Amino acid sequence: MSKQAILEIKDLHASVEGKEILKGINLTIPYGELHAIMGPNGAGKSTLGSVIAGKEEFEVTRGEVIFKGKDILEMEPEERALEGVFMSFQNPVEIPGVSMPNFLRTIINAHREHRGDEPIPPAEFLKKMKEKSAFLGIEQMVRGRSVNEGFSGGEKKKNEMLQMMLLEPEFVILDELDSGLDIDAIRKVAEAVNNMRDSGNAFLAITHYQRLLDYIVPDVIHILVDGKIVKSGDKNLALELEKEGYEMMMG
Amino acid sequence: MTEEDKLLEEITAKEYEHGFVTDIEMEVIPKGLSEDTVRFISAKKNEPEWMLEFRLKAYHAWLEMEMPEWAHLKIPEIDFQDISYYAAPKSQPKYDSIDEVDPELLRTFDRLGIPLEEQKRLAGVAVDAVFDSVSVMTTFNETLDELGIIFCSISEAVKNHPDLVKRYLGSVVPTRDNYFAALNSAVFSDGSFVYIPPGVRSPVELSTYFRINTKGLGQFERTLIIADEGSYVSYLEGCTAPMRDENQLHAAVVEIAVHEKGEVKYSTVQNWYPGDKEGKGGIYNFVTKRGICLGDYAKLSWTQVETGSAITWKYPSTILKGDHSVGEFYSVALTNNMQQADTGTKMTHLGKNTRSTIISKGISAGKSHNTYRGLVHVSKHATGSRNFSQCDSLLLTDRCGAHTFPYIDVANSSTIVEHEATTSKIADDQIFYLKQRGLDEEKAISLIVNGYAKEVLQQLPMEFAAEARKLLEISLEGSVG
Repeated sequence: MSKQAILEIKDLHASVEGKEILKGINLTIPYGELHAIMGPNGAGKSTLGSVIAGKEEFEVTRGEVIFKGKDILEMEPEERALEGVFMSFQNPVEIPGVSMPNFLRTIINAHREHRGDEPIPPAEFLKKMKEKSAFLGIEQMVRGRSVNEGFSGGEKKKNEMLQMMLLEPEFVILDELDSGLDIDAIRKVAEAVNNMRDSGNAFLAITHYQRLLDYIVPDVIHILVDGKIVKSGDKNLALELEKEGYEMMMG
Repeated sequence: MTEEDKLLEEITAKEYEHGFVTDIEMEVIPKGLSEDTVRFISAKKNEPEWMLEFRLKAYHAWLEMEMPEWAHLKIPEIDFQDISYYAAPKSQPKYDSIDEVDPELLRTFDRLGIPLEEQKRLAGVAVDAVFDSVSVMTTFNETLDELGIIFCSISEAVKNHPDLVKRYLGSVVPTRDNYFAALNSAVFSDGSFVYIPPGVRSPVELSTYFRINTKGLGQFERTLIIADEGSYVSYLEGCTAPMRDENQLHAAVVEIAVHEKGEVKYSTVQNWYPGDKEGKGGIYNFVTKRGICLGDYAKLSWTQVETGSAITWKYPSTILKGDHSVGEFYSVALTNNMQQADTGTKMTHLGKNTRSTIISKGISAGKSHNTYRGLVHVSKHATGSRNFSQCDSLLLTDRCGAHTFPYIDVANSSTIVEHEATTSKIADDQIFYLKQRGLDEEKAISLIVNGYAKEVLQQLPMEFAAEARKLLEISLEGSVG
């Protein structure tokens, strides 16, 4: 018997400004698995992530996205987030003047409120923040800066991981997690992801290069070309792809 | 408070929470304004002859003046005969101890978060509370007394410190300065008086809360602050009013004189009732605030967070007379729904090597209009003076307006004047990012706005900053969609 699915995408079509980007995606991700989406630039990889997270500029024209048994396409982005969908952004935005601790505490409490829990006690929050940010090596940034302001590319990605670790979501979309990172930073963010992987959650890693998958080993790899999944397979598919290039898949 | 505590200050959203009316027996004089009204107020307060003369002179000046129309505001005609100019709680208005205060009045200030009792004193803030036309209670503070600091209502100051009042009242804002200043000078009912003796740093923050309660009443308070040589004081002002369908007039005058090496930090959180969504009701706020740095190295810093009032007309200004004197103006003005604000500052550089800084953050939501108006004037003697101005506007909807009128008037070639201005909308990417982390649109906007206003908010004393942040959040409710 197959494992229970946390996410099921059925015949998903989506457009932006009248142009169809996703042309019928079918994808099922069971609890406990990490799936990778690979594909050439412009194939629709990031669009898929954004549609799952609920970004408004994409119009879903057909299909369903079932998360934990519920169709989430009608839900606001924040409702999806509170239900357990987390997106690690490719380019996290800066929010000037909003201190990291204030931001982190605000989002943690939004999730706690949704679950009917009391706000996080200040001491507990500080301890957690310190511990997780020290693990990622961004303790100083987190204390003294505004959200993502003045962060390097690597620090921004680590900050995404910090939020993931603090919110403990059930489903994580990693959008180009390795872009702009040096090898040490890749190791660190990969460690953050691998530490979190368990039977109660699942991941969707969107990546252009195979490199990330050396550190975050996927259960399944899907090749996305021109808005459709053209091939799925195990981790060896990435190596095959590395050798043959995307051209082969498109042919 | 530790840094960690600072990081963890709570903010929670609420409606305009000061909209209640206190049911208390008031003595209200009939509506209308004449010489008799002025005489009545003066008599009611047992004022000396010179004070009455000051008022009458102002009244006659006012009669000859006209309502200013240069602001970027649509001001409905105000019928000055349809306003009552004096209201006071019927029971004895000034109390010697907290036990004598009408319990209803105490409850009012409690609901406003202004406990007048001992704990406020322990918290390090001395409070003067002005309810409608009179000061009802100034918390007595032994520490202030020992240091020779005078903090009392202006009515008491007229009686007990006539020399100081005579010397400074009208010295910074002359009675004929403008229409509303003249009106205030004629009919002002109460307000706060502060005197800091030479070399004394006030160990506590001095605070005044103004509350309009009575229907049909105009509130005209007068504040006079004198910082003598080498002294320092931080002064806070808060304002609230009940929700009413009618408009109410508030026309205050604040005068500040700072002597050599003295420093005054004046902070306002203005939260007069702004009117409802359709623009019905709300306070008309016409305020003249001005300070003068009389001596060398004097410093005056204005910080204001303006979220209330249907109409705001307010330009806290500084005259930099002493050499090396410093003027600062930090402002956040938020308008929502149908509110209109025309606010800013005037920095007048007269002395050599004087410096001024202007940081203005306008936030417009709903269908509101938010105007920054500023003047930097450098006289020909003000050699080596500098000004830096930064005026930012943030638009939250496409139905609101932001306007900037920065005037620069420089008569000295060695001056450096810098001006930066930006107008922005909140980026969709920022909102999406925050929504993806579980915040709804209002919370997301409130967080972004608080970040935008941070430079100004961090100028406020700690306790006030938390209040201001909360207020911004409340004022933004319903600003989207």
